Amino acid sequence: MAVEQDEIERIAELARIRIAAGEMGQVTRRIAQILHLVEQLQAVDTSTVEPMANPLDATGRLRPDAVTEDDCRTAFQAIAPAVENGLYLVPKVID
Amino acid sequence: MQWETVIGLEVHLQLATQSKIFSGSATTFGAAPNTQASAVDLAMPGMLPVLNEKAVRYAVMFGLGIGAEIGMRSVFDRKNYFYPDLPKGYQISQFHDPIVGRGEFEIPLEDGTTRTIGITRAHLEEDAGKSLHEDFHGQTGIDLNRAGTPLLEIVTEPEIRSAAEAVAYLKSLHSLVTYLGISDGNMAQGSMRCDINLSLRPAGTTELGTRTEIKNVNSFRFVEKAIRHEIARQTDILEDGGRIVQETRLYDAERDETRSMRSKEVANDYRYFPEPDLLPVVIDAAYVAGIRAELPELPNARRERFVRQFGLSAYDAMVLSDNRELADYFEAVVDACSDAKMAANWVQVELLGQLNRSETALTDSPVAAADLGGLLQRILDGSISGKIAKQVFEAMWQGEGSADAIIEARSLKQVSDSGALEAMVDEVIAANPAQVEQYLAADGARRKKLLGFFVGQVMKSSRGQANPPLVNQLLAAKLGERNTDR
Repeated sequence: MAVEQDEIERIAELARIRIAAGEMGQVTRRIAQILHLVEQLQAVDTSTVEPMANPLDATGRLRPDAVTEDDCRTAFQAIAPAVENGLYLVPKVID
Repeated sequence: MQWETVIGLEVHLQLATQSKIFSGSATTFGAAPNTQASAVDLAMPGMLPVLNEKAVRYAVMFGLGIGAEIGMRSVFDRKNYFYPDLPKGYQISQFHDPIVGRGEFEIPLEDGTTRTIGITRAHLEEDAGKSLHEDFHGQTGIDLNRAGTPLLEIVTEPEIRSAAEAVAYLKSLHSLVTYLGISDGNMAQGSMRCDINLSLRPAGTTELGTRTEIKNVNSFRFVEKAIRHEIARQTDILEDGGRIVQETRLYDAERDETRSMRSKEVANDYRYFPEPDLLPVVIDAAYVAGIRAELPELPNARRERFVRQFGLSAYDAMVLSDNRELADYFEAVVDACSDAKMAANWVQVELLGQLNRSETALTDSPVAAADLGGLLQRILDGSISGKIAKQVFEAMWQGEGSADAIIEARSLKQVSDSGALEAMVDEVIAANPAQVEQYLAADGARRKKLLGFFVGQVMKSSRGQANPPLVNQLLAAKLGERNTDR
């Protein structure tokens, strides 16, 4: 399966991963190799196999609707880079 | 050209659980920032989500409420995007296997007819936190109290054709979820937020036009205005031969316009994949049957029953069944006075009028249903007239006590004693000889009119307390006597 460099650039952007210009060619080749392996798996007929959401043969446990967590803001904010009036401060984001 | 509007709505409904969907943090509205954000909500390393049973139950209740297919095995997925109010870098949602599948929702319209809107699906997901862009020295403040609040996203088919239909759908949905008790439905606090997908196409064609999405509209009125505005905007572009750009727009209530959100450098691509931290949710038929058995009577059923059982008009039944408290109140008034039509009129005109004027919630009404029923009983048994009853209601509203106590204290009881009435009638006849002459000289139709004059005079001299049918009867008899005297 071929993968183009611009696709890798786009995925890197979505994942917020910075790839140096000099490494781009190598990263693209490596991902292409992985996709090649996936392509080989595609050859298997899976039309009768139900898609798997989880490898464990188990189903989810549900918890009762009860408040069990105390307010630990002070502890959490002690390790935050910047806080003010109880808020976490982050670089300005405007959507 | 004639354009047809095609609208699909996505409603994010906040579920009324005590704790969050994947953590044991509280969901109370208005708490101090970040005091209800646990290690799970903050995405601390190693933290794992555990699903809240109540959220599953509420979603199933909704599904049963619209007769939808219930996902007996539903799967959570990760929806990936970066934003500071989403600490994990992904939202846990449901993509391929939602908990509620296809259903249908019948909505009553103002004109008494109904319309059925197809529901595509409804799925569980977690809410994000809140970003505050006010002045924090050029930075953004993040409050994660809302992060992890359970949401049910309800998606309609593109079957809505106008702003009015969209609002009717939302009102019915609001009514349904508050009847079910699965959400407080508080729109001002964001418990029901709506995304609008809207496109136009030439009338009579079936292919969908390019749509725009208007995000996060949080009141019925704004939904209506945003849709009207967007229809006008798209019509202008298409009539000028232009093309609609598929984009996300924001509704600005202050300027009453929609405008493009700054387009992201890279278009949304959420790269959904199954959430490895959560196993598939499997529920069984017994679980669903147990929930079904506990469902309350729902708005549509109640509306239909009001028409059938009480003979109400479709419109009255719609208004009175719209919210559960009002419907309960109305039924309690009917129980107390056993005249449904009178109860319907009084609840809609006097009670709702007073509540609106004083901006009071029904639950805080100073007049309880049984007391209003007591008042109506006094009209029905002839103790007071409808007009006097309005005065009594006013006094009840001011907290002066029960209808009987007020009627007693203000001596408002209708005079039905024929002796006392007779004296009044005689007095009026004696005081108006000219009108008596006219009456006696007149023919049938004109007599009726003149009789009205005498009735009015008697009512006036009794300060409205005379029993009108009795007054009529007495006057007709007394004036008739004079006729034969001649």
